[in-house]
Amino acid sequence: MSSRIPLAYNPKVLELFRNPVNLGKMENPDAEALAGSLACGDMVAVYLRIDKENQVITGAMFESYGCAANIAASSVMTMMAKGKTLEEAWKISWKNISDELGTLPVVKSHCGILAVGALRRAIRNYFKDKTAPPWLPEKLTPDERHAVEEERLLEVLTKRAKRIETELREESEGQ
Amino acid sequence: MIYSDMSRDIRALLDSHGIPPNEVYLDSENSGMVFPEALDAMRAAYLENGQGHPSITHRKGWETYETLYSSTVELAGAMHCRPDEIAYTHSGTEANNLAIAGLARAAPEGRKKIVISAIEHLSVVFPAEALKEQGFSVVKVPVDRDGFVDLDALAREVDKETLMVSIAPVNHEIGTVQDTRAIVDLVRDRDPEIKVHFDACDAFCKVPLDLEASGADLASFSGHKIYGPKGAGALYIREGIEVKPIVQGQLSTQKLWAGVENVPAIVGFSTAASLMREHAGEYLGRMAELRDRLIEGILGTIDDTLLNGPAGQQRAPDNANISVLYCEGEALTIELSLKGVYVSSGSACTSRILEPSHVLLAIHRKYEEAHGSILMKTTPFHTREEIAYVLSCFPDAVNRIRSLSPFKKGG
Repeated sequence: MSSRIPLAYNPKVLELFRNPVNLGKMENPDAEALAGSLACGDMVAVYLRIDKENQVITGAMFESYGCAANIAASSVMTMMAKGKTLEEAWKISWKNISDELGTLPVVKSHCGILAVGALRRAIRNYFKDKTAPPWLPEKLTPDERHAVEEERLLEVLTKRAKRIETELREESEGQ
Repeated sequence: MIYSDMSRDIRALLDSHGIPPNEVYLDSENSGMVFPEALDAMRAAYLENGQGHPSITHRKGWETYETLYSSTVELAGAMHCRPDEIAYTHSGTEANNLAIAGLARAAPEGRKKIVISAIEHLSVVFPAEALKEQGFSVVKVPVDRDGFVDLDALAREVDKETLMVSIAPVNHEIGTVQDTRAIVDLVRDRDPEIKVHFDACDAFCKVPLDLEASGADLASFSGHKIYGPKGAGALYIREGIEVKPIVQGQLSTQKLWAGVENVPAIVGFSTAASLMREHAGEYLGRMAELRDRLIEGILGTIDDTLLNGPAGQQRAPDNANISVLYCEGEALTIELSLKGVYVSSGSACTSRILEPSHVLLAIHRKYEEAHGSILMKTTPFHTREEIAYVLSCFPDAVNRIRSLSPFKKGG
């Protein structure tokens, strides 16, 4: 076991935080998705422009409510997705993003996972009203599950907060 | 990447950040600034009168004992206690650990309950929770929306099984100044055998704190929180209160913390305490004025901002904690850093557990409010010009981070 906790950031993350690539909301995207939750402090929106004939991603943009690692990971994710077929883009892993960024420490790994989760969710959304291709798994992948888990966590935490609030109110009313 | 490979990256990160032309350090919560006079005194202690080991029998040892003795007398004066009642540690965190774990080690049969507030520092929360493994229970008493301890809830929780109550007279994050008199009276009234511990790291030299008169049994202190050095902490233990050591080894001049005392750091700590005492009116007045400029400046110019913690007299003079909605706090700290303004955030991203500040959640802040929180502390070193510079940086920084987000007002 290492006794040390590594630095969370490197120059590449800082550069992409300063000058994010593909940042912004896309008008009339062909596919879009939101992943993450306010409970975890990270939310990513992904917008895709898709060449329907060739199923190639011709444009990818993002918006982020998140830390610098999240913004950098989302930039890298959209840069990687652009120009790829949907099948190729589906295969982008959080490890690819992390390697490109120069390895995110474990505490920041969820930022990369979330970016991939948002991309996959957008691709899945694209096929919602179409025949799904054979490469698209029926079950959620770990990245997608991670996004879902974060959202569930938000629900649980919100419910807990509401419960506490109610209990406090009932208690003060009972006095 | 392994740790030893990171040195190149750290340099490159710093080079990429650059040194902004104006720099204002407002992060004294995490690491304090230091009085030059304290540094001078420390330098003398390192090179001259504090070189030796204070319990060794030669001239250098005795000289160091004398240096340690005078610093302890000076600190005892500032704390309103007796020199014998001070146990040195190397930080406030260690002092809190000694208070909780050390008192638990000496706990009488049948007293296995530790009562703390919901907004205590993690150096109180974690050692208390670690004692669960030894059969102790930990109860966190709720606070109201400004962070004041719910005294009715406290009264319900303290009982014949309670070992100790630990509460910070001033909260480190939101600056709430508790009614310590009421807390001590309430606990004593329920059961005089219950020990009261104050985590006084943020109260010392900032609000009136008379240990003798307060009725506290134990109180923790930290050097860097009063602009002394890091590496100096202390636990006040009222005479007659039994605490057992939690660190084992060769004892020096004190019974509760083994190892050689960091005499130069203690010298810096006591010098800082004396300066804060001597100039209390001037320093605290300036800090409070600058704090108000910060708070009013941000709340007045940026929409959707909230003050965390109470306003006015019941707030510590140095504390400004503001939530900026629709703005992720960690990203904002980096954006401000690029402008030379150094602050911290209660966002989940700044913690290692991916949960936002437990203090902000305890005062019923929503998750998005906690994630957008910024903590700043004014010091005797800050000027109006510096605060004006900080205020001039805030709107652009907030606008930029808000512009990145899919989570917008009304959205």
